[in-house]
Amino acid sequence: MKKTLAATGKYSSLIIASLVTLVPLVVIVLTSLKTAQDYATSGPLDLPKHPTLQNFVTAFQDADMARAFLNTTIILVASVVGTIIIGTMTAYALDRFQFRFKKLVLSLFLLATLVPGVTTQVATFQVVNELGLYNTRLAPIALFMGTDIVSIYIFVQFMRSIPISLDEAATLDGANHFTIYRRVIFPLLKPAIATVIIIKGVAIYNEFYIPFLYMPSQDLGVISTSLFRFRGPMGTQWEILSAGALLVIIPTLIVFLALQKYIYNGLSAGATK
Amino acid sequence: MSDTPKVATVPRRTPRPFRSNPRPAVVRQSQRGWRFTPWLFLLVPLALLVTFTYIPVANMFWYSTTDWNGISKVKHSVGLDNYVEFFTRPELFRVFWVSAYYLAASVIQLALALYFATLLSFKTRLKNTFKGILYFPSLINGVAVSFIFLFFFQPGGTLDSVIGLFGVSQDSMPQWLGNPDIINFSLAGTSIWRYMGLNFVLFLGAIQSIPAGIYEAAELDGAGKWAQFRYIIAPGIKPIIGLSFILAISGSLAVFEIPFIMTDGANGSTTFVIQTIKTAFESNKVGLASAMAVVLLAIILIVTWVQRRLVPEEEVNLT
Repeated sequence: MKKTLAATGKYSSLIIASLVTLVPLVVIVLTSLKTAQDYATSGPLDLPKHPTLQNFVTAFQDADMARAFLNTTIILVASVVGTIIIGTMTAYALDRFQFRFKKLVLSLFLLATLVPGVTTQVATFQVVNELGLYNTRLAPIALFMGTDIVSIYIFVQFMRSIPISLDEAATLDGANHFTIYRRVIFPLLKPAIATVIIIKGVAIYNEFYIPFLYMPSQDLGVISTSLFRFRGPMGTQWEILSAGALLVIIPTLIVFLALQKYIYNGLSAGATK
Repeated sequence: MSDTPKVATVPRRTPRPFRSNPRPAVVRQSQRGWRFTPWLFLLVPLALLVTFTYIPVANMFWYSTTDWNGISKVKHSVGLDNYVEFFTRPELFRVFWVSAYYLAASVIQLALALYFATLLSFKTRLKNTFKGILYFPSLINGVAVSFIFLFFFQPGGTLDSVIGLFGVSQDSMPQWLGNPDIINFSLAGTSIWRYMGLNFVLFLGAIQSIPAGIYEAAELDGAGKWAQFRYIIAPGIKPIIGLSFILAISGSLAVFEIPFIMTDGANGSTTFVIQTIKTAFESNKVGLASAMAVVLLAIILIVTWVQRRLVPEEEVNLT
């Protein structure tokens, strides 16, 4: 008796939590399928009377989503590739060499993890402006690449597990340090690289603040800023705004369902470091 | 949590041979390492680190003692006036009260996360489905989350309709985002919806890294579920709870996205970061905004320092 009661409590709390999570999302899905007239005459919880996909077409065109996805992809690929190259090079230098000021360099990187990016944007903005990067795609790319200490952490930790005897064997074969980095270390870092791709990929896809601050131009809209600016002209046409929000959520859902296991592992690795 | 299995996948094969003709002299030199080799690898990373972290931080301290407007060529030194202004003007200082809502929300969020992580660490039907549902919101784009909850809280929106199902009249519904007494509860609630799953998955991972044998032994000794939580799970995940709690404090001071997108800081929902950004880029008071950013940075550094004192790094490493 006590056991069934406990099980009932357990499953009802899980079902309530799932409902709280899903209802706001499902309502958006229902709304996005309604025609304008249907939306105006029905409540949020009512099913669409004449389901239509027209809102998705409208949102995709009017919010210029094609360009937004292109901009996001360009920035994402460039930043992730840059982060991987920079992170692995730093980790290689810090883990495999003894040199003067090594402690100082290490603490410079460690200290930077404590500086939250949101607080320094007031001054970072001036640096980006001075460099002539303002209102170009290079601004977010440089910031995503240059201020990512978590990835360096992950690479350094992982590199410790790669036996140094591999480096020595390669040296005996006549490889120089750059060859060792490129041919020995880099390929062995693949699992860590996968983790970084997932963490960075999700973070950059969802980033709003940096593109909003540094790329005010309409042409440079990424998915976050394009969706954000879409709200002005659409006002209260929630059937179209809902479709716009879903256009941004659906790729995330697909990636999540496909890579669930890696995402759980990767994001927890990123959050605890 | 994730490193252990990955380490095991590192192949132990010897690397493929490089060009023959190993010149012994060169080998010897490169084994010791040319003095500048590490610096070649560090050149670009260090340049980026200095340009985008240390120069801004240094400039921020400098700007904070000036009256700079962000455009003018001249900056006049004003000493600590900006700091005095921030701490004495109540409408600026009140942003800390807004943080209190988010801090309270974080406590609820961590409690919920711990509760569901514990539930799902025991045998459960549809375990992965529940895990996926609770976790998914933390992956959703912040602008999309804001749209979802603008619709959720609007008059006659999702929340009003759901409450209406229980027979409550629509006329008696409060303005969830229009009433300054309620708005921060609504926004902090949105924040719980968005981030609870992330803490939950972290906690669940930590609980699952406790060897199963310990539970079995406890069960044989007649320990109930509560005793297992009290004496096995709770001590096992104490470090990650401590870390999450500290992160929640700095996180609630740095809240930006949700209130900025949903309400633009209206109706008393302005947070510290929104206030700083508006001071800098709308009122063009870069000096004052820098002083605010320095205060925020100082608070976060102190909180982090306390965390490092309370929770030594080794214990946090759950892998």
